[in-house]
Amino acid sequence: MVEWTDFERSTIESIFAKMDYEDVGPAALSRCLVVYPWTQRYFGNFGNLYNAAAIMSNKMVAQHGITVLHGMDRAVKNMDDIKATYAELSVLHSEKLHVDPDNFKLLGDCLTIVLAARMGTAFTAEVQAAFQKFLAIVISSLGRQYH
Amino acid sequence: MTLSAKDKAAVKGFMSKMKSRSEEIGAETLSRMLVVYPQTKSYFAHWPDLAPGSAPVREHGVIFINGVYEAADKIDDLKNGLLTLSELHAFMLRVDPVNFKIFIHCMLVVLAMLFPEDFTPQVHLAVDKFLAQVALALAEKYR
Repeated sequence: MVEWTDFERSTIESIFAKMDYEDVGPAALSRCLVVYPWTQRYFGNFGNLYNAAAIMSNKMVAQHGITVLHGMDRAVKNMDDIKATYAELSVLHSEKLHVDPDNFKLLGDCLTIVLAARMGTAFTAEVQAAFQKFLAIVISSLGRQYH
Repeated sequence: MTLSAKDKAAVKGFMSKMKSRSEEIGAETLSRMLVVYPQTKSYFAHWPDLAPGSAPVREHGVIFINGVYEAADKIDDLKNGLLTLSELHAFMLRVDPVNFKIFIHCMLVVLAMLFPEDFTPQVHLAVDKFLAQVALALAEKYR
């Protein structure tokens, strides 16, 4: 069972309440595909990913970024049992999508960096710590059903 | 993952922007690392004050950042250029190299915060590649 302090809980809820999904989602996913190009292996049918400019203007990437971010909504609403909440999603990523779980961390790092750019000084060390704790649990839960 | 000419140019270009806020970047990166990754405090137990923004933290932040600039100057041969620094880390400081990645992550977060427009994905890629090479060069003399 994960223990959340009041600060951590309210920080995570506040971040997601204030976040512009249409901005952050595409920015995080496209950044991941640019900075860690091997992650493009999962998006073979997304069209033109030949260079950074193409990736950043790719509409399928943008849409998928939004989808992934909204996927985290359920974790935010069920912070006390993310593991169970994500059991099905974990099976999906393992059995159907065949995503190497190490990639979850790469996207998580890019999301952290995009959030830092959007929030500026409001992204304090304490806020970063809370957000990274949340991400670590999401990532662990998503990797749980792999075998 | 060798640095291309384009990577080197991007790194040097961005470093020149960083120079105007060196102290801030250094202090913020180090403070942040100590809070977000508390296990890193184990290397600084001898400091009187580990609080974010304290004098030892700020001073040392500058030392870290100057190290990064020094590495950028030696970007064409990091392994040889950083030999002395590697010996320092390997034989004296004995910092576990896993912490290099932690420090790098914190620095990238701070760069995104302070330079939201300039820290584009392409610059992020080049800087991340560069810092990874610096970490490798620092770990050179470990064993």
